[in-house]
Amino acid sequence: MERDTWVTLSALQHLLFCERQAALIHVERIWLEDLLTASGRLLHERVDLPGHDSRRTSRVERAVLLGSDRLRVTGRADLVEYLRDATTPSGWRPYPVEVKHGRRKLLDADRVQLCAQALCLEEMHGVEVPEGAIFSGAQHRRHEVRFDAPLRRLTEESIERMHTLLRTQSVPTAVRAPKCDGCSLEPRCLPQVTAGQKRVRDYLRQRVTVET
Amino acid sequence: MTTALNTLFITVEGTRLNKEGECVVVTIQDEKKAEVPLRHLRSVVCLSRAWLTPELMESCIESGIHVSFFGVTGRFLARVEGVPGGNVLLRRQQFRAADDAARTLELARALVIGKVSNARQFILHARRDAEAAHASELSETAKRLAIHLRTLESVSDLDALRGVEGIAARDYFEAFPALLKKGGAEGFSFEGRNRRPPRDPMNALLSFGYALLLQDCAGALSGVGLDPAVGFLHEERPGRLSLALDLMEEFRAPVVDRLVFSLVNRGQLKPEDFRTEFAGAVLLRDEARKAFLVAYQTAKQAKVRHAFLEQETTWGMAPHLQALLLARTVRGELDAYPPFAMHG
Ligand code: SF4
Repeated sequence: MERDTWVTLSALQHLLFCERQAALIHVERIWLEDLLTASGRLLHERVDLPGHDSRRTSRVERAVLLGSDRLRVTGRADLVEYLRDATTPSGWRPYPVEVKHGRRKLLDADRVQLCAQALCLEEMHGVEVPEGAIFSGAQHRRHEVRFDAPLRRLTEESIERMHTLLRTQSVPTAVRAPKCDGCSLEPRCLPQVTAGQKRVRDYLRQRVTVET
Repeated sequence: MTTALNTLFITVEGTRLNKEGECVVVTIQDEKKAEVPLRHLRSVVCLSRAWLTPELMESCIESGIHVSFFGVTGRFLARVEGVPGGNVLLRRQQFRAADDAARTLELARALVIGKVSNARQFILHARRDAEAAHASELSETAKRLAIHLRTLESVSDLDALRGVEGIAARDYFEAFPALLKKGGAEGFSFEGRNRRPPRDPMNALLSFGYALLLQDCAGALSGVGLDPAVGFLHEERPGRLSLALDLMEEFRAPVVDRLVFSLVNRGQLKPEDFRTEFAGAVLLRDEARKAFLVAYQTAKQAKVRHAFLEQETTWGMAPHLQALLLARTVRGELDAYPPFAMHG
């Protein structure tokens, strides 16, 4: 059966971190308080963007709804700056900016998510979006990201992989890894038992063979 | 109205709840009684008729706060929840398992093993500080429960399983009088389980505790996307939360029974805390009901070790963990369902 699947931008983050996590959230639709409250907070927080040339920036759009029919991706961007650019038909060139909280270093997941936003913007505005930026709140630093061919390929492959998970409704089994310790889904994933090294039948046998 | 650790209990007729900013404001007869931040709340339980504004209702649904309503007699009426968690595939797998006799038997067997095993542990714990005169009787009960546990391993159909469960329950309840302590529990007695309506204080407490536990279990199941009405051990009946009843089995003794005996034996509840209707039904008076609710919520904060997961948790979290393990079993990620079992 062909399912009409749509991938959300946030799913890409999850997918690149751990496929099982992506499936738990987007296939099993595990309701995750941390994630919900975190994203809620993000929407309400206004971020100043120091280090940017404000003369170039003529408008800033926040919480922008994005989508690509070609890739069947949709979601919201934290922030898109529209830069004046006479070479485009409309006179604007979108420049996506993703805001990261915390101190961790940039990951592929961040770049892929940003690149997916760029792909959506390209389709929506019919212009090329060659670069964007990731703004790290803790470091107050802006990292430019170029959407080059390898990054675009990785992004499209990730989107395709997510479509497959959604279409087949599959949830990969857990593989216990160091990253599980930093995974907010760990209490719902239970990698220690679902990775398959624990047998419930033995546990049940212990319960019934007690001393009389 | 009582707030006990994340749950707002409404116990006064005609209470009004509305949203102001990010808070729930509780008003009784035009007087503002309390203000609770929404983000501190897990559930709102209306034990008497209350009035919630649509705006508050919307916020509760959106932030995953369960709102449940009980009738004046304590009967569960409804729970308001947003889009169900989990997905339709999990529910289909659950229904298939419920239609499959072999899988149903294995799930029901695990649930009853959990129930009887915890009942036995509870008796063994209680024996330690029971009166000397009762110690041997309680040992005898524990022994019988151990025998029933062994029998459970070999029963080959659901009827036989339910039969063993019935006998185990009878043996277990027969030990209850021996658990009442002379000093504190003066005036209390137990001559078997009765409900609908309960006809003595002990049964009134047990029924009230089980009703709360049932709602906790139903909420935990919906939280992981299972349908609380499609059970394995309990037969489906319209209006019955069969799977919630299934899940509740392993928690009856360690959560509710233990709490009821501790309240009564310590003299925290007295026979005067109950009233008997002319027809014989026994009900908790308002103050006692509040005291019970607070004690119940506090008991849920107590730490406990999960024998299968080998991790610390709380009694309040345990039904959520079990719902999760049940979902994983239904999905085929585990070879059987591991019930929550107290350590021996
Ligand atoms: S706990 Fe580990 S396996 Fe499970 S979702 Fe998180 S990272 Fe993936």
